[in-house]
Amino acid sequence: METYYHPKDLARFGDIGKEAPELWQKFSEWYAAVFKEGALSEREKALIALAVAHTVQCPYCIDAYSTTSLEKGATPEQMTEAVHVAAAIRGGSSLVHGVQMRNHVDKLSM
Amino acid sequence: MALPTLLNSRSPLADSATQRSTLAALPLRRTFEEAIDAAGHAPLRTNEISVLQLNVGKRCNQACRHCHVDAGPDRTEVMRDDVIEAALRFLETSEIPTIDITGGAPELHPRFPEIVIRARAAGRHVMDRCNLTITRLPNYADLPEFLAENQVEVVASLPSFAARQTDAQRGAGVFDDSIAALRRFNALGYGVDGSGRTLNLVTNPVGAFLPGPQHALEADWKRELFRRYGIVFNRLYTITNMPISRYLEFLIASGNLQAYMDRLVTAFNPAAVEGLMCRYTLSVGWDGRLYDCDFNQMIDLTTSVDAPQTIFDADVNALTGRRIVIGPHCFGCTAGSGSSCGGVTVA
Repeated sequence: METYYHPKDLARFGDIGKEAPELWQKFSEWYAAVFKEGALSEREKALIALAVAHTVQCPYCIDAYSTTSLEKGATPEQMTEAVHVAAAIRGGSSLVHGVQMRNHVDKLSM
Repeated sequence: MALPTLLNSRSPLADSATQRSTLAALPLRRTFEEAIDAAGHAPLRTNEISVLQLNVGKRCNQACRHCHVDAGPDRTEVMRDDVIEAALRFLETSEIPTIDITGGAPELHPRFPEIVIRARAAGRHVMDRCNLTITRLPNYADLPEFLAENQVEVVASLPSFAARQTDAQRGAGVFDDSIAALRRFNALGYGVDGSGRTLNLVTNPVGAFLPGPQHALEADWKRELFRRYGIVFNRLYTITNMPISRYLEFLIASGNLQAYMDRLVTAFNPAAVEGLMCRYTLSVGWDGRLYDCDFNQMIDLTTSVDAPQTIFDADVNALTGRRIVIGPHCFGCTAGSGSSCGGVTVA
C-alpha cells in the first residue's frame, strides 16, 4: 500500500547524509552526545524524547523511543505518563491561546 | 490456567530442527561466526569449567510465554537416576566449584533434595533457579526452609515489580504468589544483608526488546519492591530473551522476529564475548547429553563432535578448551551489556 511513511525508512535515516556528509557527521555526533548519561539519566532522556516525539507526531521517533524507553528500563506506566505530559502541554498550549482570542474579541467588541 | 506448551499444542516449533531452520533462514547483516571473528575470538572456545548446570527436566507448574525450555505441567522429561549419579560423581571428582540446578521447576524432581545435599557435602556452591510459585504448592511448602538449611543460593524469576507485566509473561496470579514466596524467603533471612542467604532475582523483558541497564534497574527494583511490599533481595540479573522455543513463537506471532534479530545483531558487543557463560559452563540435559549452555540444549546442539557427548564419558580435561557450538541465537548473549545466567557480562 502506498503511504508517505514507511517503517523500514527509519533504518535508512543515514541516507540523508549522502548529499551532505559533513553536516550528517556533525548531527550524528551531537545527537549521540545529547542522549548520553549526564545530569539526566539515559532513561529520563528517552522519556523526554518519547514525549516530544508525540508532540511533533513523528511516527519514526515514536517507534524508536518506545523501544529505547523500554530498553532503558522505563515501564509502560512511566511511558504513558510521559505521553500525557506531552498531551497536556500541547492541549494547554492551544487553550492558553484562548487568551489571545479573548483579547481580540475584547478589542472588537463594544 | 497454564498456557499450553509448544509440544502440547503440536506446534511445528516443538521440533528443534524447525527452530534452527527458522533462524537460519533469516537474512542477517552477518553471522555470529563472522561477528566473533571480527572481535578476535574465533573459533570460540571454552575456558576452565566453573559451573556445572544440571537441567533436571522440563516439568514445571508454570508455562511462561518466553520459556526457552518449553517447560510446563504436561512435560514428562525428567533426569534419569543414572544421569544424576553420573553427574554427581563427575562433580565430586572434579574441582568445579558451583552446581546450578535448573529446569523446568527443578524442585519438582523427586531427587532434587538429594542432589543439593550431596553437592553441599562435597563443598560445592549450589544455585537453585526457582520460579517462586513452586513454594506455594502444598507438597513444596517446606522448600524455603530446606534451601536455607543447605545454604542454597536462590535465583528467582520475577520479570517485573508490576503485576500486569509479570502475569502477562508468566501466567495469571503468578505475581501475587511470587510476592508471597519472596516474603517467605525474606522471613528466613534470604536477601537480608549479613544473613549469608542469597536471594537474587532474574528479569527478562516482557516483550520484543532488550533488557534495561542492570545496575539502574536493580536500584529501581530494590526501592519499589521494598516500598510496595517490604521485600528485599541481593542482586538483580537482567537476561536477554533468546529467540528460541516459546519466545520464538511469540516473535513470529507478533511479527517481531526479523526486527528483534536485527536488534540483537546491531547491538553485538565485542566486549561481551569474554564473559559468555558457555565459556565456563557445562550443561547437562535430562537424558545425560552435554551442551555448551542451556539454550543450545533446548535446540539440540550438543557439544562439539570432538568433545565428550554425555555425562557418562565426561572428562574435565577433554571438555576444557573445547570448541563452542554456535548459531544465530548466540547474538542474544552478546547484545548490549551481554547476557548470561548471572545477568550482564560487561560492567
